[in-house]
Amino acid sequence: MSPLLGRIKTPSVIPGFGLTLGFTLLYLSLVVLIPLSALILKTTELTWEQFWATVTDPRTLAAYKLSFGASLAGALINLVFGSLAAWVLVRYRFIGRRVLDAMVDLPFALPTAVAGIALTTLYTENGWLGRYLEPLGIRVAFAPLGVVVALTFIGLPFVVRTLQPVIEDLDRELEEAAASLGARRITTLRRVILPELWPAMLTGFTLALARALGEYGSVVFISGNIVGETEIPPLLIIMKLEEYDVGSATAIAVVMLLASFLLLLMINLLQWWSARRHVAARITLRVSPSAGGV
Amino acid sequence: MDTALILQPTKPQRGGIGGPSTPATTEPLAVRGVLITIALVFLGVFLGAPLAVVFAEAFAKGTAAYWESLREPDALAAIKLTLLTAALAVPANLVFGVAASWAIAKFDFVGKSVLITLIDLPFAVSPVISGLIYVLLFGLQGWLGPWLAAHDIKIIFAVPGIVLATIFVTFPFVARELIPLMQAQGNEEEEAALSLGASGWQTFRRVTLPNIKWGLLYGVILCNARAMGEFGAVSVVSGHIRGLTNTMPLHVEVLYNEYNFVAAFAVASLLAVLALVTLAVKSAVEWRYRRELKRGGATPGPGGPA
Repeated sequence: MSPLLGRIKTPSVIPGFGLTLGFTLLYLSLVVLIPLSALILKTTELTWEQFWATVTDPRTLAAYKLSFGASLAGALINLVFGSLAAWVLVRYRFIGRRVLDAMVDLPFALPTAVAGIALTTLYTENGWLGRYLEPLGIRVAFAPLGVVVALTFIGLPFVVRTLQPVIEDLDRELEEAAASLGARRITTLRRVILPELWPAMLTGFTLALARALGEYGSVVFISGNIVGETEIPPLLIIMKLEEYDVGSATAIAVVMLLASFLLLLMINLLQWWSARRHVAARITLRVSPSAGGV
Repeated sequence: MDTALILQPTKPQRGGIGGPSTPATTEPLAVRGVLITIALVFLGVFLGAPLAVVFAEAFAKGTAAYWESLREPDALAAIKLTLLTAALAVPANLVFGVAASWAIAKFDFVGKSVLITLIDLPFAVSPVISGLIYVLLFGLQGWLGPWLAAHDIKIIFAVPGIVLATIFVTFPFVARELIPLMQAQGNEEEEAALSLGASGWQTFRRVTLPNIKWGLLYGVILCNARAMGEFGAVSVVSGHIRGLTNTMPLHVEVLYNEYNFVAAFAVASLLAVLALVTLAVKSAVEWRYRRELKRGGATPGPGGPA
């Protein structure tokens, strides 16, 4: 082994370090790092005025606003109903539970274009759901609400799947203890269960938000792409590219990319924090005599 | 499938709902009923309805019209291109995933956590941006564009661009499944095999591979589903040349925008079937895992795709 490898890695009898790490770094650079840095380099070719004019253009601002607002709304819907669904799927037994549980991953598996045309068809005025909503004055397809629906669909698995293992791991003895001390179920939920769950709920919420911010396929069909009203940033990027305005496309993309990296950082911090909390909780449980129990 | 597992009598339960819990740690029957109903309505509206409407629309004008739309030359070309793209992108990312997880799980080295973060990077990038970066590299206004044009090599608005963009968006799938799995399994078995005189390759094939096969399969299935279904990234680099650079999702878009709904949903239904197969395989893999776990294997199951 070369002396350089010896310095960066602890010794091991297992072979193949140089080969596998070398290939990993090469492939990572060729497929991900070099293309991504092309985007950063392209931004440096823009003048600050150019960049600023593009990203503060009213149409771009409207797109950012819609994208962020609808992603937030979708993630909030998922936070409430996704948490409820996770609870029901883990704690209750009913017919069709396992099929429903498997179906939760559908938004990961169904191509976004298919989801897009399916949701649009559901919510147009003659659609299965649209025909009941339109008479009530609720317009979903070809309106900002449609973007919220699409982004709710896209983010649905995140809260449920982040929460499920945490609910499974909940210590039933704590709930029994609370009940035996006279707490009503709602008090137990508020004081015992929710404090355990909410770091995972927040992580799921942020993951759903991050996924929704970059989404394109499921949104472009249902939004109707009305100028300045239901356009999202990825659509503007594609339109700029079609006009051969690569500079503006890059400027819009860089702002999006920065937002998703910030969210990614937040997700990592959240996960680190909730893991630490989890460990801390376990340690207190182990040392406290009251939790000895059965 | 093991019928014994299906036929196993379930525990008697009050009112058909309620779990393995004592009255003190569950909600009143009425509350449970309401919560289950809300969950069913939510999942029904957001998951069941979109799936059902795909098949309803695809067969709206009967099975003859359905098959007719799939036999059309442009549809066949789109199906072929999608299969070709997946056939190139999935093996490439499979080899990478195995190599990366071997390096990361079996060794300790400086900068490991940075490497793991970098592998996850494509998940944080919007699909449209994933396409854009290849346009910036290989497009006519891109760095390599003039050189490629001079040598008459077409990447953007051609098949190579589609494959590259697909490789980018499906890049982390296999590695992500394998890294935590191999980390949890540790090195003892491999070290034993090596000390008994097995070669590195033999150790991988006979010891490591059997241990990771379910996680590997799961990663490949997810990678394949995304490779065949990718829309945003491919849409940027393809140029939408009918019969030439349209994958199935792009063909769906073209047909839908032409108001040819039956044909659009017919092609979409194939992708929906692929999604259902993906979910079924995922459930089966998880089930096999749990069974192996019960039989005494200490390997943790594959995590969710989140």
